[in-house]
Amino acid sequence: MNSLFMLLVVREARLLCRRPAELANPLVFFAIVIALFPLAVGPQTQLLQSLSPGLVWVAALLAVLLSLDGLFRSDFEDGSLEQWLLSSHPLPVLVLAKVMAHWLFSGLALVLLSPLLALMLGLPGRCLPVLLASLLLGTPILSLLGAIGAALTVGLKRGGLLLALLILPLYIPVLILGSGALQASLQGLPVAGHLLWLASLAALTITLTPFAIAAGLKISVSE
Amino acid sequence: MSNLMNWTWFHKLGSPKWFYEISGRWLPGLAIAAALLLLVGTVWGLAFAPPDYQQGNSFRIIYIHVPAAFLAQSIYVMLAVAGVVGLVWKMKLADVALQQAAPVGAWMTAIALITGAIWGKPTWGTYWIWDARLTSMLILLFLYFGVIALGQAISNRDSAAKACAVLAVVGVINIPIIKYSVQWWNTLHQPATFSVIEKPAMPVQMWLPLLIMVLGFYCFFAAVLLMRMRLEVLRREARSSWVKNEIRGLVEGKR
Repeated sequence: MNSLFMLLVVREARLLCRRPAELANPLVFFAIVIALFPLAVGPQTQLLQSLSPGLVWVAALLAVLLSLDGLFRSDFEDGSLEQWLLSSHPLPVLVLAKVMAHWLFSGLALVLLSPLLALMLGLPGRCLPVLLASLLLGTPILSLLGAIGAALTVGLKRGGLLLALLILPLYIPVLILGSGALQASLQGLPVAGHLLWLASLAALTITLTPFAIAAGLKISVSE
Repeated sequence: MSNLMNWTWFHKLGSPKWFYEISGRWLPGLAIAAALLLLVGTVWGLAFAPPDYQQGNSFRIIYIHVPAAFLAQSIYVMLAVAGVVGLVWKMKLADVALQQAAPVGAWMTAIALITGAIWGKPTWGTYWIWDARLTSMLILLFLYFGVIALGQAISNRDSAAKACAVLAVVGVINIPIIKYSVQWWNTLHQPATFSVIEKPAMPVQMWLPLLIMVLGFYCFFAAVLLMRMRLEVLRREARSSWVKNEIRGLVEGKR
């Protein structure tokens, strides 16, 4: 079982590495969205600094959402998903491997890029560990929840906007906790509470969402 | 054996024809109850209940606002229950119930939000504040929109129902998390600019009409849901002989 999990992760990683442009797109989107805010609200350093926790988190959330649109599409089109459904291995484990591989490349890259953009918005350097910790805990939740929507909409021609409509309301707790942690650290308040809540949400989504994703894929494939 | 017998009603619900017949018998009673309760509750609440000592007569919108908010939340839970029944027992009628209840729930949420905004102006001095309860109600509206949009986007009827069921179940697990996180967010970010007026223990003359209105709204929802479900059942079973007979009977009855 474990070897299968690793095999799947490696396969996904190899596939993703062969299409580097698709990996770069969410990152570029993340950077552009961050750049839009100073243009929209004005370049005042004080204002941008106080807004930066929310801005970084909203931009990261949208970038994750954008990257998830095609999560299952190519597998759906080339028939791999049907093979997954037919195989004797439990589907929730397979989808967990798939989402994990996806997160390792897109989510993790996002986390690594975020300090640079946060510093450009004027977030002080002492807040960076909290930024990294909150995103490290939060982006897997975003990927897993988003994968439910991606699984339900994989058979639809124009699933992108619908995916956002289905999933964004479910992202709200992560957004509140993640940006709350950053806000607290910006004001010099303790952040452990926010981070622990994020961690417990991450544990909850890792254990429960694979079943919902598997159910969604079964529905979409059997259509 | 007796245990098995008790479940026959549940299995019978799988038959659209049986549902159509039994719901036809319930519907007049429910509709009359809804009309009576709503009429009594509205007249009593709007005309005879004593005015609030702080808010005067503006509080009377409570008789619409609170029942709508109650229903908005109960209907979402009902969607999830119907979703579980549909997914586990593959019952088509649960699919019908889920998809027909979702728009009603969205309307109730919208009514609760709109009446809340109208009530907020005289009480808080503003139509909208990012208060925890208002915000979670708005999110509930978005959750309803998601279910409706997903149901309409998938062309295959059965897949659409199953997808909506999964989404409703995921949503219902998330609702408490969203609710608590929004409350936390509110207490963290917003000092009490407007404190929601502490509700004094209501006198009987005030809460009795409210209770009647809540019951009336539930009966109204049940009647509307049954009507919508009956129509959908007729549409789905349009080719079966009992539906053809039924329609023929209805058309000839009209003439």
